[in-house]
Amino acid sequence: MGSKKGNTGSAATATTLALFLVALTVFTVYIFVAKPIWSWFPPAINEIGHEIDRQFMRTLVITGVVFVLAQFGLAWVVFRYRTRGQRATYSHGNNVMEVIWTLATAILFIGLGIYAQRAWAEVRLKPAPPDAMRIEVIGQQFKWSFRLPGPDGKFGKYKFEAHPEQEFTRDPWVVDADDPDGKDDVILGPGSVFAVVVDQPVELLIRSKDVTHSFFVRELRLKQDAVPGMTVPLQFTATVPGEYQVVCAELCGQGHHLMGTFMKVLSREDYAAWLKDMTAE
Amino acid sequence: MTTHAGAVHAHEAPQGFIRKYIFSLDHKVIGKQYISLALFSAFVGMFLSLLMRMRLAWPTMKLPFFPDGILPEQYLAMVTMHGTIMVFMVLTTAPQSGFGNYFLPIQIGAADMAFPVLNMLSFWTTLLSLVVLMAAFFVSGGAPLGGWTVYTPLSAIGQIAGPGQGLGMTLWVIAIAIFCGASLMGAINFIATTLDLRSRGMSLMRLPLTVWAWFITAVISLLAFGVLLAAGILLLLDRTAGTSFFIPGNLVLTDKVIPHKGGSPILWQHLFWFFGHPEVYIAILPGMGLASHVLSTFSRKPVFGYRAMVFAMSSIAFLGFIVWGHHMFVSGMSPYVGLAFSVLTMSIGVPSAIKTFNWLGTLWGGDIKFTTPMLFALGFVSLFVSGGLSGLFLAQTSIDQYLHDTYFVVAHFHLIMGVAAIFGIFTGVYFWFPKMFGRMMSDTMGKLHFWLTFVGVYAIFMPMHFIGLAGHPRRYADGSGAAYLASMDPVHVFMSVAAFVTIAAQFIFLFNFLWSIWKGKKADINPWQATTLEWGVPSPPPHDNFAGHEPPVHRGAYEFAVPGVADDYIMQTTPPEKVAKA
Ligand code: HEM
Ligand SMILES: [Cu+2]
Ligand SMILES: [Cu+2]
Repeated sequence: MGSKKGNTGSAATATTLALFLVALTVFTVYIFVAKPIWSWFPPAINEIGHEIDRQFMRTLVITGVVFVLAQFGLAWVVFRYRTRGQRATYSHGNNVMEVIWTLATAILFIGLGIYAQRAWAEVRLKPAPPDAMRIEVIGQQFKWSFRLPGPDGKFGKYKFEAHPEQEFTRDPWVVDADDPDGKDDVILGPGSVFAVVVDQPVELLIRSKDVTHSFFVRELRLKQDAVPGMTVPLQFTATVPGEYQVVCAELCGQGHHLMGTFMKVLSREDYAAWLKDMTAE
Repeated sequence: MTTHAGAVHAHEAPQGFIRKYIFSLDHKVIGKQYISLALFSAFVGMFLSLLMRMRLAWPTMKLPFFPDGILPEQYLAMVTMHGTIMVFMVLTTAPQSGFGNYFLPIQIGAADMAFPVLNMLSFWTTLLSLVVLMAAFFVSGGAPLGGWTVYTPLSAIGQIAGPGQGLGMTLWVIAIAIFCGASLMGAINFIATTLDLRSRGMSLMRLPLTVWAWFITAVISLLAFGVLLAAGILLLLDRTAGTSFFIPGNLVLTDKVIPHKGGSPILWQHLFWFFGHPEVYIAILPGMGLASHVLSTFSRKPVFGYRAMVFAMSSIAFLGFIVWGHHMFVSGMSPYVGLAFSVLTMSIGVPSAIKTFNWLGTLWGGDIKFTTPMLFALGFVSLFVSGGLSGLFLAQTSIDQYLHDTYFVVAHFHLIMGVAAIFGIFTGVYFWFPKMFGRMMSDTMGKLHFWLTFVGVYAIFMPMHFIGLAGHPRRYADGSGAAYLASMDPVHVFMSVAAFVTIAAQFIFLFNFLWSIWKGKKADINPWQATTLEWGVPSPPPHDNFAGHEPPVHRGAYEFAVPGVADDYIMQTTPPEKVAKA
């Protein structure tokens, strides 16, 4: 069946398939290049964000070339070698070509992977600068809350941190009254917005009170899970004032999609005014 | 090499309906049972995706059984069950246990699997697992909402974490643990069969690539499912026996302190992904083997780089076990470890690229016949490329910080693991149907099914890349939580419409399949003029496959277009003196 009857439709099928693959490729490349739907990345507001964008573009160019070559190549062989009564070439392969494409892809892919580590090392491996503003971020179903260390620059211990052996029946996420470091802590309770100062390094200390959440701000190009039982640092320096959406990126329960808030990036004066507002109540 | 008296003797056909079709020991019946289970599960999973796409496009629309529309927790329960059913009950069963059971013994010249009773047990255990999983829909609280990855502690602390996290979640863990047991039994059987029951002359390098793929997949299953089984048992203990493997101290939910202490949520992720990444290869490797096989058969040309293909599949299997951390770059795991996982993951792109080049090499210079199975195999290659390349973004630590848990990931894994593997399954059904049922499927309906599905899946899953790039998190019941998400609603509507059309097209397949079993044109013994052993036995094959004798094998699996030979193919079993000269 394949050999005799299959012949009849083969030119049409081959052409349609080849054309579809070409159209798909052209259309996909067009959307990536021209961004006609909406501009997908919002502009980055930190140096690392720009570096990640550049690495993204490098990867896009390389994968884009491979994508076009592979899909066009498939379209070409499908069209060129459609059955027309010819006999196929008898060949079991070509070791030189195997070696060439193995080495070429190995160098390209692994090189790209190593290159990407620069931006990673910058955010994740370097300690935050000593003048970084430290902010504790706490996830809980389905709200974010924040804590600032106050003028002393130190966070007070929560009850369960001050008394690790004790069993609690009531919420132990309360700053221990006996800890002097905690007296001036500023607590921005569940559902609060938080603010950072423009051009000042920030270190977030990300935690969770219940299940795993994930702190995600598009404009920072950063995301970090908030894992119960852990405190994970995340650093950045925002350089563009504005108000940016924070969303939760790790499934945390039925309200996951509603777990948002905002990060304000303010000038030093505006920040002072905002902080005064927050501590006034 | 092969001492298998046991496999040849003692194979009288069983009498009676129950022994023959229900508790059958015949690998062909068991293969069909697995395929039926997968077919049923695929339609359930697809129906759930239909409801999910309804909710995503029109969040408040009232539907039968959903008088207030689909609620967010119901949406998440659907997400969880859709993912679980598709990954475990469809992609792990059909390509490996289904086609593998049916065709591995025949392709190597054996009368049955090495351990027929174990084989029967593994099917019935899988069915039990499916029943337990489905039961989660019907218990109070409904199905769990934590996604198919069931991250702890959301999945470990019970009802308090949300609807479905009580009994529904417990049933989920039990079902998966049972499934692990079934898969382990299957894996042992596949490995033993491939190693011990090959016919005379069937050396390893003469095996069809399908057999290599099933064999390697079985090795992966053996190593991966054991770990998931252990993890599942620990999770079950946390849920029911008060242990704290995955639950740290001082968790507070609805003002209640959870009475657990000392566990690690990330431990679950390590264990889960140690299984989970190999699992995606369990899903895709059989499809890769079959794609090679079918591309060669219908381009009437030997597989290009047979040894390279075996090497690539083996290295994928090996590397697959040391890249799991790419799912965890932002999980709180040490950033140094992330660095290592990232580079290892980039290197797994290499064998994947080798496979793609060799597929193109196989087609190059061929005499390509566009049958329905060939179209699906070509579609597989296209989807594999499209889905694979996005992996190179996700493998990079710095870029993944942005893309992790967005729709970009959903697009990536649907193309490469979901749809490509499904195309592998369709390739198998259209290719082997004549052998399994002695009849042909309709080529016209098959082609219509191909075109609607191929265009459809690209229309559903391509746009997901773009909303992912725009920062749309996955597992969101709607976009009402953020202004930038609401602006993407039109894209959701487009994808949903594309999904409805694609899903509708699957009924063409279902009709073609069922109709052809009874009404299809009678098939010859070797309708595709293929070379491997299954095409030398009647369609459908008799109970003991080779009528009690062992078919001698004379050559490799892909001798097409051999110079100086009259036909453009030589079967593996044709003795050299019987090959007609041109
Ligand atoms: C009919 C075609 C399909 C459609 C329309 C579809 C649609 C969807 C949607 C809308 C989601 C939820 C995304 C989210 O909110 O995060 C999803 C998740 C998922 N799908 Fe599909 N899907 C289809 C086929 C498949 C197939 C064939 C597989 C097999 C691998 C699959 C596996 C998954 C998995 C593993 C998830 C993730 C579940 C989770 O987040 O826990 N899907 N799908
Ligand atoms: Cu969340
Ligand atoms: Cu993975």
